[in-house]
Amino acid sequence: MSELLKSLSPVWRWGIIALSTLLILFLPIPGNAAEPVERSFQIEASQFAYSPAILSVNPGDRVTIELLATDVVHGLSIDGYDLETTSDPGQTAHLTFVADHQGSFRFRCTVTCGNLHPFMIGKLQVGQNELLWRGALLAGLALFAAIWGARK
Amino acid sequence: MNKFQEIALKEMFSPNARETEISSQPAIPRRINLHQIPWIRPLLQSHWPQFLIRSLTLAGFAFTIFAGLFGSRVGSHNFAIIFVWIAWWTALKLAFIPLGGRSWCSVCPIPLPGEWLQQGGILEKSRRRFGLNLRWPKRLRGSWLQSGGFLVIGLFSAVTLTDARLTAWVLMALFGLAIILSLVFERRAFCSYVCPIGGFTGIYAKTAPVEVRVIDTAICAAHSEKTCYHNCPWGLYPVALRDSAQCGLCMECLRSCPSDNIAVNLRPFGTDLAAGNKGMRQSSRLDETFLALVMLGSALAFAAVLTGPWGSLKSAAFAIGSPAWLLYGFGLLVLNLVILPGAFALAVWSGQRWSGGKVQLRRAIANQAQILLPLGLFAWIAFTVSFAFPKMNYVFSVIFDPLGWGWNLFGTANSTWSPDVSAFSPGLQVALLLVGLFWSVSVAQRLALTNTGRTLRQILPLLAFCLAFSLAMLWLLVG
Repeated sequence: MSELLKSLSPVWRWGIIALSTLLILFLPIPGNAAEPVERSFQIEASQFAYSPAILSVNPGDRVTIELLATDVVHGLSIDGYDLETTSDPGQTAHLTFVADHQGSFRFRCTVTCGNLHPFMIGKLQVGQNELLWRGALLAGLALFAAIWGARK
Repeated sequence: MNKFQEIALKEMFSPNARETEISSQPAIPRRINLHQIPWIRPLLQSHWPQFLIRSLTLAGFAFTIFAGLFGSRVGSHNFAIIFVWIAWWTALKLAFIPLGGRSWCSVCPIPLPGEWLQQGGILEKSRRRFGLNLRWPKRLRGSWLQSGGFLVIGLFSAVTLTDARLTAWVLMALFGLAIILSLVFERRAFCSYVCPIGGFTGIYAKTAPVEVRVIDTAICAAHSEKTCYHNCPWGLYPVALRDSAQCGLCMECLRSCPSDNIAVNLRPFGTDLAAGNKGMRQSSRLDETFLALVMLGSALAFAAVLTGPWGSLKSAAFAIGSPAWLLYGFGLLVLNLVILPGAFALAVWSGQRWSGGKVQLRRAIANQAQILLPLGLFAWIAFTVSFAFPKMNYVFSVIFDPLGWGWNLFGTANSTWSPDVSAFSPGLQVALLLVGLFWSVSVAQRLALTNTGRTLRQILPLLAFCLAFSLAMLWLLVG
């Protein structure tokens, strides 16, 4: 097998690497086929953190976020979702949406709340983070490609 | 000519140095000499274009300090914070370094007043010069201080990056230090040995597609005046340049060469990496290895603190002096001073053992550090995509209300437009990390081939190191 790999011409090698890349990028990853459910999260926002900061849901879940600012005005918007809400101190703001985009998304504070405001970030995890897994596999492939593809 | 200059010239003309340069010439890949292009030539030859740009950056620098001291204390409404840490820091990592190496150093305003005092004039040297012109202490040479400076930035990053007053004081401190060092030591001691940004740009300049090099070494050998060396503010002799880490692209050598023997080359990316390494004659220093590792550790730390979802980590990094901050600082230092150097040294040692390499471990560690450069550069670029792009709207708003005093020049101060990168930035970050990893592995393979001829055995532990770092960055950025 190793002899066969060594004997392949560069065109074949790079062809195999390109094919493997496409497979990693587009081959479906078996996921959790859970039925969509209603999920509710109560998030406390204070300088400069959300609690909880990491939310995990399944694709298709109907998600309600109750945002409660505990010190100053805070907001919440989610990357990849066109959503935004703002909470005054002590007042709960609601946000409801269907988690129809799969992957890992950052949510951020939208109201200037102090020095670290630009870095007040949380994470919404919708189903499997395919990008991370595919990225890790591609990293392995990049390593292999750099060695094997460049061999003379 | 003083004693140091004599020694430096002797070193530069030592048989080994010349042999390296001359023997490496046939292997030089294709290059385009920008100095030979008619419309670029006058721009490089004249002092004026560079002087005008540096005047603008100096004015911008002074205004940044003013805005930091007297503008709004809210960082996102202050020109100092947004232009230093969002606009300039992003431009440095996405454009200046990857495309121009140390090109920022050629227009940086910080060493300007010191340089004027040193040479006794603004554009030309005069007889009346200021300063003691001492040699930089031998013990402090290399990039150790720059690495330390970068670690200090990491320790105080959460505050420095968000507090306009502190940013102004840091800039003034750098400015003052640059002037003082110019008055005490010869040439650009501050840039070469102290400036943390100089260390950052210098080490990654090796990957960039720009270089200043001599065209014909024989012409230099016959030129007894060495005007290029005497006029170089960095104290470099172009014939002895083995990579682009130290050259600040100021073009003084090019302007002073009477034989038109200096080229400003466009070259393939990464030409300095694993090039001309037979017998390990290329410069390979432990201080550069340490700097490269600090850059990796800092990229991990910045990504975790500034783009991660861990509020307690941010609070710890922000609460300077508190027990939580001490714990954060301890973790940062352990990562940079123990874990990464230890893991890298172990990887090099294992590779040496496995492949039967006979190179001294210290030298092998220094030599293999080149592998870390593409990895680190692309990690920083990937981090910048998620760090800076979502905050671009601040740039537009502070242009027209730079002090955060409620001005609304041209009605754009309340601009909320920001490039929406959320759709493609995670994929782009993965792609950038993969490019860095692929490039690093290619460098590792080339290095191993030139050094021992036994590739896989020697580099396997190093590949594991690179892969582990890439996966960690991947998890921090898109996990």
